[in-house]
Formats: sequence, structure tokens, C-alpha cells
Amino acid sequence: MNGAAFIFIAIFTLAAALAAAALGKLIHAALSFAAASVGVAAFYFLLGAEFVGLVQVFVYVGAVAVLIVFTILLTRRDLEKDHGFNWSGVFIALAVFAGLVWAILKSAKLSSAAQPLASLTVKQIGEALMTDYVWPLQCIGVILTAALVGALVLVMEERR
Amino acid sequence: MSGFLDQIFVQAKEHILAAFAAAPVWLGQLISSLINIVALLAVFLSLFALVSVLERKILARIQNRLGPNRVGPFGLLQPAADGIKMLIKEDIVPTRADKAVHFLAPILIAMTAILALGIIPYGRNMTPFAIDGGILFFFAIGSTTELSVFMAGWGSNNKFSMLGAMRAIAQMVSYELPLIITVLPVVMVVGSLLPDTIVAAQGGYSLGFIPHWFVLTPWGATGFMLFFVAALVESNRTPFDVPEGESEIVAGHMTEYSGFKYAIFFLGEYLGMFAVSGLAVTLFLGGWHAPLPFLEFVPSWLWFFAKLGAMIFVFIWVRGTLPRTRVDQVMNFAWKFMLPMAFACILAAAVWHYAGRRFVSWLLSLGVVLLVYFALSRFLGAGKKFAPRSYRFAE
Repeated sequence: MNGAAFIFIAIFTLAAALAAAALGKLIHAALSFAAASVGVAAFYFLLGAEFVGLVQVFVYVGAVAVLIVFTILLTRRDLEKDHGFNWSGVFIALAVFAGLVWAILKSAKLSSAAQPLASLTVKQIGEALMTDYVWPLQCIGVILTAALVGALVLVMEERR
Repeated sequence: MSGFLDQIFVQAKEHILAAFAAAPVWLGQLISSLINIVALLAVFLSLFALVSVLERKILARIQNRLGPNRVGPFGLLQPAADGIKMLIKEDIVPTRADKAVHFLAPILIAMTAILALGIIPYGRNMTPFAIDGGILFFFAIGSTTELSVFMAGWGSNNKFSMLGAMRAIAQMVSYELPLIITVLPVVMVVGSLLPDTIVAAQGGYSLGFIPHWFVLTPWGATGFMLFFVAALVESNRTPFDVPEGESEIVAGHMTEYSGFKYAIFFLGEYLGMFAVSGLAVTLFLGGWHAPLPFLEFVPSWLWFFAKLGAMIFVFIWVRGTLPRTRVDQVMNFAWKFMLPMAFACILAAAVWHYAGRRFVSWLLSLGVVLLVYFALSRFLGAGKKFAPRSYRFAE
């Protein structure tokens, strides 16, 4: 059952990712990217990491994809132009994939079998974030706030 | 007897599952899920049909008309007539539309709304899919609606559709923030993201007759009102139907849809409204708990649907009463009023919790909410000058 689900999700994710790299119209590529994110989230669900999967959908489909779509709309003029099938996209995607596979296969971690983990509840994750990892969490919050304020300052109209 | 009626659907499902007792485990799980899905679809599609005619009747009553009364008794068969009409209409796809995107958009909108319905507890032991982190699932699914609205607007290749989609995304992104932040105090007080636990935490009565619903605490009442307003925006209902704005941009992102696709947009909108109302009932109105101890004999699912019906009635009532807001008003309201009030809710909930959840803590919590409210209304109204309106083009 899990094996079949894995193969199905893998095909879906890979096809969506390939479409995101190779489709001619930018908006289609952005939407395929959202579909690929959903596929990755499905992998997390399959592995029992519900929380990460939900956050994956939340952040990548709900925020990043919408952001990309907005950026394309607000900056591009040649939206309707079809650039044809993007072979360079396929080539770059395959190159990055090969590089990643090479790096993963070379790493020493792969040879030792992972310890099986008890499935985590959201509560445990929350407690870990609020106790052991509270400083990293706060630092990330400060960095993101600084980025937000910086972006606003950059685009704000100057008033005299 | 009341216990039997309370669990009648749960037992019916167990009877069906007992017939497949010999089947392998995965088949049993699959059948169990399928039963849940079929029940969910059957209930909410019929509720959609019922509400669509009730809405027209109630709006008609508000506007001193009769409303649909030709098809069936009191016009109750109107949805069937509407459905047949929508089915036999021509499905027009603009020549220059992006066909695939144009086709997928209504499907995705309805799909996400149905998925969101799956995590709500409809009665005692009656949660279709109880996943740990169900509240997060609801919002994760809800956040994908923006993308499907965008797909509808962009795929139509029409300037009105695009304007409507841009408006819809802008207001949905803005109001998602207060919507989620008003949920936080509930999650913090209960200490769980599982809807069943949240409902269970609201059981029981103080002094024998005051239910422990969160809407009866100061932070809960504020949170509920903010949640309701944000829910109106998220489901694009009047007074926040700026994305549709019939008088300005035809029908927004739905301009280029006809026939059954248009009906599916409506289905998605209504199912989204049911889902967000159901979540409000779960979070603030005590879920399936009865309001008074001696009313406990009424089945729990009946209480849930009674509360859901009341919420939907208020949605319709608001639609019949208020005019449409302006785009800039909608955005200003979200960022300048809703968001600070939502943060005040978190603070008030913390005060309520750490002061011992007693009557005194209730008053302290009310104090926090009122303080922020009056500070906001003074601060926001301070720099405002009401000059006579000047028209640039129509003078």
C-alpha cells in the first residue's frame, strides 16, 4: 500500500517539477511549482510527519506560489508569449538533480541505518520549539521582521 | 434512547464496516474513509441546495418580496430546477482563454472547500478525519484557495476577471492573518490543534447552567467577532464582495464562466462558508455541546447543525442588510483594526488563563480587551479629517 502510494506521489511530484522547469508559459511553470510542493507535502504525510507536511502546503502553496504569481504579474510584460518547450530548463534541472544525487551518495550518513522514530505530535514539536530551540526561533523571527521592514523601506514612495 | 439517537450514524457506519470484517486492514480503512467522504458529500451538497433556496427566501423577506415560490411547495424544489438549468446551459470557454487553467480553477475551489470540511467534529465521535493538527490542516487547505481564484482570473484572459482575482487575493491574504491569529488564543488555552480536544475542552457548565463555551469569555467573544468578519471576507460574501463587485467589474473572476462551471464556483463558495462557520462553531460556540444541561438529551449532531444554521442565517442577514465596502476601507480595516484587536485577544486570553479562569480573571480579561479597543478607536480616529468629498472625473 505504502509502496504504491510512494510511486504514485513520486511520479506526480517529478512530473510537476519537470513541468515547472520546462513549460513555456511562466504562469504555467509557477502553477506546476505549486503542484510539486503539494507532492512534496504528500511525501511528508507518507512518512508520518504531518506537521511538516501541513506547513509545506501552508508556506509553499499558500504563500510562496502566490508570491511568485504576483511577482510575475507585476513585473512581466510578455505574459502571453509562449517561449516553447524549455530544453535549457530540463538540462539545468537534470544537472542540479545529478549534483544532488552525487552529493547524497558521497555523504557518510547514508551508510548508517536511521533509528526508527516514534511519530511526533504537534504538541511535542511545539514544546521543543518553545524550550530547546527558542533562541533560533526568535532569531529567525527577528531576521524575517528585518527583511519585511527592509522590503517596505525599499519600495515605499518617498514623500516630501 | 437519547444515547442511541446520538450515536445512530456512528453505529450505522460500524454495521457497514462489520460486513467487511473479513477484508484486509487496508481495505477496511479505505471503506471507512469512503463512507465518511460519501456521508460528508451527501450532507453538505443537500445543505448547499437547501441554503441556496433559503438564502433567496430570506433575502426576499428582508427586501419585502416573496422570493422563489413557483417550483414545489414554498419553492423548495427551486435548487433542482436551477441545477437542471445549469446543466443544460452551453459551457462557453473564451477562444483566447488558457483552457487548462480555466478548466481546473472551479474544480480546485470546490475541492479545497470539501477537504476543509473533513476535519470538523459534527457530533460525539463524529469527526470524519481526526488528524493531529486539524486546525492547521484547515488553514493550509484554505490558503490554497487564493491560488485557485487567481487561476480563474488569469485563465479567463479577461481584464475584469483579472481585476477581480487581484482584489480577491489581496483581501484574502490580508484577512488570513487576523483569521489565524484569532484562532491562536483558543489553541493556546486548550493546548491542542485537534478539533475534538477543543470541543471537549468546552464541555461542562459553571454554576450548573453557564456553558464553558469560549464565546462567553471576553477574549473569546472578541475573537469570535473578529473571526466572523474575517470569515465573511474569506468567503467573499457581502459586505466584502469587492472581488465580485457586480456594479464595477461584472462578476470578477467568475465573469467568463457559464453553465455548470459557474454553479461549481457557487458550490465552492457555499461549502467554504459552511466550513468556516463549522470551524467557528467548533472553536468558539462549543461544537456539538448543548447550551443548557437539561437539553443534553437532544443528539449532539443536531446541536452542531443548529449552531451551523444560526451562523449561516447571520451570514445571509448581513448580506441583506449591509452595502458593499470600498477596497481601501476593507484593507485599512484589516491592518489597522482587526490585526491589533486579534493580538489583544491573545493577551486577554493569557490574562484570563493565568488569573485562574475565575470571575475576577474574566473581568481582568474584559479590561484588557476594552483598553485596547478604546486606545485603537482614539488613535485611529485622531488624524482623520472629514472634508467634503471631491470628485476627479464626475463633476
